[in-house]
Order: sequence, then C-alpha cells, then structure tokens
Amino acid sequence: MERSYEKYFRQNRLPHLWCPGCGNGIVMKAIVQAIEKEGLNQDNTVIVSGIGCSSRASGYMDFDTLHTAHGRAIPFATGVKLANPELNVIVITGDGDCTAIGGNHFIHGCRRNVDLTVVLFDNNIYGMTGGQASPMTPTGKKATTAPYGSVDRPFNACDLAGAAGATYVARSTAFHVKHLTDMISGGIRNKGFSFIEAVVQCPTAYGRKNKMGSPADMLAWMRDNAVMKAAWDKMPEEQKTSEKFPIGVFLDSSYEDYGNAYEGLIQRIGGKKS
Amino acid sequence: MSKARLMQGNEACAEGAIAAGVRFFAGYPITPSTEIAETMAKLLPQYGGKFIQMEDEIGSMGAILGASLAGLKSMDATSGPGFSLKQELIGYAACAEIPCVLVNVQRVGPSTGQPTAPSQADVMQVRWGTHGDHPMIALAPWSVRETYDATVMAVNYSERFRTPVILLMDEIIGHLREKVELPDSVEVYERRKPKKTRAEGYEPYEPDEDLVPNVADFGKGYHIHVTGLLHDATGFPVGSPKVTEESIRRLHEKIARAGDEIIHTEEYFMEDAEYAVVAFGGTARTAYEAVRNAREAGKKVGLLRLMTIWPFADKVIEQLAAKVKGILVAELNYGQVVHEVRRAAQGKCLVELCGKYNMKSFEPKEIEAAIDEMCARRDA
Repeated sequence: MERSYEKYFRQNRLPHLWCPGCGNGIVMKAIVQAIEKEGLNQDNTVIVSGIGCSSRASGYMDFDTLHTAHGRAIPFATGVKLANPELNVIVITGDGDCTAIGGNHFIHGCRRNVDLTVVLFDNNIYGMTGGQASPMTPTGKKATTAPYGSVDRPFNACDLAGAAGATYVARSTAFHVKHLTDMISGGIRNKGFSFIEAVVQCPTAYGRKNKMGSPADMLAWMRDNAVMKAAWDKMPEEQKTSEKFPIGVFLDSSYEDYGNAYEGLIQRIGGKKS
Repeated sequence: MSKARLMQGNEACAEGAIAAGVRFFAGYPITPSTEIAETMAKLLPQYGGKFIQMEDEIGSMGAILGASLAGLKSMDATSGPGFSLKQELIGYAACAEIPCVLVNVQRVGPSTGQPTAPSQADVMQVRWGTHGDHPMIALAPWSVRETYDATVMAVNYSERFRTPVILLMDEIIGHLREKVELPDSVEVYERRKPKKTRAEGYEPYEPDEDLVPNVADFGKGYHIHVTGLLHDATGFPVGSPKVTEESIRRLHEKIARAGDEIIHTEEYFMEDAEYAVVAFGGTARTAYEAVRNAREAGKKVGLLRLMTIWPFADKVIEQLAAKVKGILVAELNYGQVVHEVRRAAQGKCLVELCGKYNMKSFEPKEIEAAIDEMCARRDA
C-alpha cells in the first residue's frame, strides 16, 4: 500500500492527542496530500497554526511549524510570508480561533490578499476547552455555554472570507476526502489569500451534546447534508433546510497579492532588491 | 560622522533601526509613536525591507514575530493602549525566544489617558505586563542622539539574547528635535546560525554556552517547531515539572549571565555628592538642569541617570545608597522606579519620590525644591 504522505509527518510525535473518531486527522492528511499534489518543497513550506484542537496539527507535520497564540496565526503567517516570499505558508485554524478571537485578523488577511492558504477546521465548537459555543455553532445547537441551545446567529465563514476580499474560497468536509484535498490544492495554487473551510466531526464535545451519534454517524450526516455547489445553485430554496450546506469552490478570482504589490513598490522607488 | 541634521527622537529611532539591520516593521498608528511607523514606511522599501500597517496592535506584534522567525530583524512601535494590547505576544516572544524590538513611546494613562502628553508610567508594565515569569530588557534614551544608539543596542540585544527588547521612550524624547550627527556605521550583532545539521542531532532550543539557543530561521531545512507552550530543547511541548522549571530558569539566566554588561547608567556631579537624584528618559534632562543649579548654589547633589531600566541597576543603586544620605527619584508617574530604588538601596539611605502626573514635564525648579525638602528632612 502506497503511503507516500508518511514523510510529511513527524513519526516520533505521533500518535496525536485528538479524541478517537475526531475528524482533524482527516483534514491534516488532506493538507499533506494537497502539498504533495502541488509539489511543494517540504523544506520551503511553513505550517502556521493558532490555538485549539485543530491547531495542534502543526506539531505533527514535518515542516518548519509555528504554533502561535490564540487567534493570531494569520498575522504571524503574514510576517513569515512577507519576510521570505520563497516560503509556501499554510495556516491551520479552527472556528473559534479564526472567527472569534482571530476575526479581525481573518477579515484583514482576506482584504490584504497575502499569499497564504488558510484551512479552517470547522467542528462548530471549542473542543480543547471542553465544548463551548463558537461563532460557528449553529443556532439552537447545544454547547456547555449554550445549555439550552445557542441563541447566537453563526458566521458563514466562506461568505465572510469572500466578502472581505479572499481570492479563493472553498468548503468541503471530512467525509469528502478526495474533494477536500482538491479544494486545498486549489487554494495552494491560487497566488493570494485562499480560504478553505473543512467541516469536521467532533464526536466528544459537539456530537455528544447534540445527540449526533457515533463518528461514523456524523460523517454520514456530512454525506447526507453537503450539496455540491453546482447542485446547490439549482436547488429550490425550500429544499435548502438549515442542515443542508453547499460544498465546492465558491470563489476563484485573481487580484495581485500583497507581497507582489510590495515588491513592485520597492522596484518603483528604486529600492534595493530584498 | 555624517553632517548634522535636525531630527526628532522618533525619526532617530527609525534611522537607528535601519542602521542596525531592521528590515521588517509592522505597526498600527498611535500617538505619540506614529512618526516611527511613518519613517519606517518611507525608509524600509528603499533598503529592500518591508513595512506593513496591520489591523491592530496585536496583529502587528504577530507579524513581526513571524517575520523574525523567517529571518528578518523586526520591529514594532506603539504607545499606552497599544502597548497593553501587545502584552500577550511579548510573552510569546519571550517564551519562544524570538528576537524583536518593541518601542513604547509613553503617554499619560491609564486607558486612553492623555494621548499627546508625556508620562513615564509604563515602567512596571514593561517589566510585568505579560503574564508569567519572564526576563525583560528595556532601555530608556534621554536624547535624540542616544535614541539612535539605544535603538541599535536594542536590536543587537534582541538578536543576541533572542528575547523581546523594549525601547522605553517617552513623549518628551519622541517628539524632541535636536541637532544630531549620526555615525557612518554602527556595530551590528548578526543572529547566530545552527552549529549542527539535522543529521548531527540539531535541536533548535538547545542552549549554547551563553544559554541562548541557536534557533534556525524558517526555510533552512531544519523543520523546527516553534510554540508558546513551554518546551524542551527539541522545541516541542513537554508537560513535566522538570522541563518547565528548567525552561523558566534558563530564560532568566541567559539575561542574568550578561550581568553588568547590559546595565548602562551615567553619573553627573557625583564626586562628593551627599544627595543624589535618580532619573531616566526625558525627566533626566530636567534633573540634570536641577542638579547643576543646585551645585551652583553650593549644594552637594549629583545625578544618576538610568539608561537600562530593566534589568534594574541593583548594584549601582546599592553602591550609591551606601555613599549618599538620600536619593530622590524623579519620574513622571505616581511612583514606580522609586520602589525599585528603595528595594535596591536596602535601607542604606533615605529614598524619596518626586513624582508628577499632570500632563506636564518637570521644570528644574520643581526638582530643585524637592531636593531641598529632602535635604531638610534628612538633616533635621
């Protein structure tokens, strides 16, 4: 059996700390498969993460890796990329990390269009701290800080990224592994700010609180409720229930990335080559 | 020496940073530090460096840490409320040992306070603002020319010790304009590189002889892991009492070991002084004038100026306290450095505060009057 992706992991740091049945490992593997597919040089690729369950992925991945502070992965990654444009920079973040405490950094990262690929592991909850509601917990769903069901309205992170100026926006799930890898590949290819939301199951905190069954049941839920974008666009509005959501590439545009624009500025004013 | 230029303290800071090799600056506008960002925005691209205005003070601190790890000497500048926001990532830089310089041009607080008025009330925040045990280096220049030198020194220390260094300016020095001649070149410390290959068992946080690790820059094939979790020599988190204790101790000892070498102080009129004024930054200029006037009036008073604020000049103060009858600490706050001076003086002499916190800098006569009062009390 070919397992070419093994070289991308720090074998001595495994097994991971995620719960049995967690979807994070699936997304982590999809990221390295996309890295392999796109032929990125392992020595020239940096993984930057925030704080939370998903952000612990950086420690398992055999690259230069940067496990930053809660919500701050995108600013750190911005500094890394601008300081050395030769580096491929991939950001791993979670729904709380990216859209709550890191929300301002997220929208400005999108706006600036620095050449980063941001993969948001969306498990709809704060897992590491034991299951509190996040800005991506659907209304009505339960969490330890929403014991009667959340009254908050959640973010649609893909809509947010697109509106803020990201040049590539896509969503997939831990069930659609091949599709997820393709979505991440597309993000790596895009020269600019790419955002990929990966829906993952958290059986321990989110699934248990909301009676979603086993990890396999949660994956089946993704299979049954994720709708490919082409089909979603043709779907009658009344069929778009609160459970259903579209997956695929929502945005793939071109706009000069920040680093390139700045290099142009240096040249224009006759500055020394960086 | 280049020819004389009229320059502001904030501009001299930016020029010093460029001379020291800073090639990345991330910032967010805030009075009275903004001219540093403005000058860096103009200068950096001329030198092939990069400036970025971030969305907030937290983001700009994150960006300089990322840029530093990718190999560029990096700096950020702020004031009061911005400095408060940066505390989280100052701690990150201390823990993950990322070289960086953060300038704090102090203004009146707390909160939004008085944005354009001078203050020196962030001394303790500089030392203890971020949570947890951590070392700190902070330098406080008292002139435009010294701001240039202190910035170079701050960059060099940050690279040498792999630690955040705070350039603790105040509005007086930041906005002061003076005629300065800048040197044609300065001594610059270049970040050390790994001494082993991966095959030879390189560990990024293995301490060198001076207890400072030779962490590889990103993109050099070392596949290092950087985290704000306490970690061992490999860089990976370890939840053990032993590693925790050793990490925290080493962070402190790498600075402590440098000792007196990084403690910069200056004495004026101290030869036969019976009383001393201790001051720093913009206030030291007024204190100098006050002490000179007192001398002219025949009073045996001298000045000790602190340029290094942290680590604190314990030995210098202790020796001073053994020599004089009283020390007056003049500072633009409700009393901060005075506590450190009292601690270091160990009861060997009287230590009094001459504090001011009303938006105005000191006038020499105020410090002169405080000197007289202290002398009268001590001699009574």
